[in-house]
Amino acid sequence: MILVNNRDKIEWRDNMTVQDLLNTLRYEYALITVTVNEELVASEDYGRFQLRDGDQVGVFHLAHGG
Amino acid sequence: MKGVDADIFARNVPGSTERLARAVIGIAGCGGLGSNAAVSLVRAGVGRLILADYDTIESSNLNRQHYFQKDIGKVKVEALAAQLLDINPGVSLDLHKRKLEPGLIPDVFSGADILVEAFDRAEAKRWLIESWCRFFPERPLVVASGLSGIGRCNSLRVVKSGTIYFCGDGESDSNMGLSAARVAIVANLEANVVISLLTGNEVL
Repeated sequence: MILVNNRDKIEWRDNMTVQDLLNTLRYEYALITVTVNEELVASEDYGRFQLRDGDQVGVFHLAHGG
Repeated sequence: MKGVDADIFARNVPGSTERLARAVIGIAGCGGLGSNAAVSLVRAGVGRLILADYDTIESSNLNRQHYFQKDIGKVKVEALAAQLLDINPGVSLDLHKRKLEPGLIPDVFSGADILVEAFDRAEAKRWLIESWCRFFPERPLVVASGLSGIGRCNSLRVVKSGTIYFCGDGESDSNMGLSAARVAIVANLEANVVISLLTGNEVL
């Protein structure tokens, strides 16, 4: 089981990457940043960063404005 | 901090002034977020700021950014520095009038204990987060996301993940338009996170 934003529980699968998780979540936001167990994962690594069962993932939307 | 007028901080929270005076805070972007956050950090007693922004002030900035009519056309980091020295002549300021890019982060902000992300564009927010975490993984980063529109007062909050603190509602986008109070609240959420961390107070 992967816990997302301390709220959503997603079934873990073998070889599941951050990108697989994002596809499952169907986030519609254009720009996000992701942490796994409180460590940032660079966006270029989403397709190869493999999740382990029990990982805690944070997905944060980055909105324009400042 | 040089030549401090101690009376400025006479009403500070006891025990906080010395810790704030020793701190160095980086501010990436001096628009609506950076200008308002910098003012609060200097009023609180932060001893040194590193300010970076390549832009000049336009009329359309005055609906939310901490500048004045007399500043229009001036370089943002310079106009902001003048204000900050007017608040506390003893504050130390490093000014970088340049367009930031990922490779410049370790050079510009190497001395910063904490970085305040104060960019406008989400793409820039993302590369700044990735660059800071790559070069300075142990140092806190305070990010703003979701400060646009009007209303939903209780949606503005701080969420922490590791060394990153996300301030704002996490949703609202600047195509909704920007309003001074909401932008300043999120800028001050960022400043409040910084002040809390520096003084050893609970952040959340």
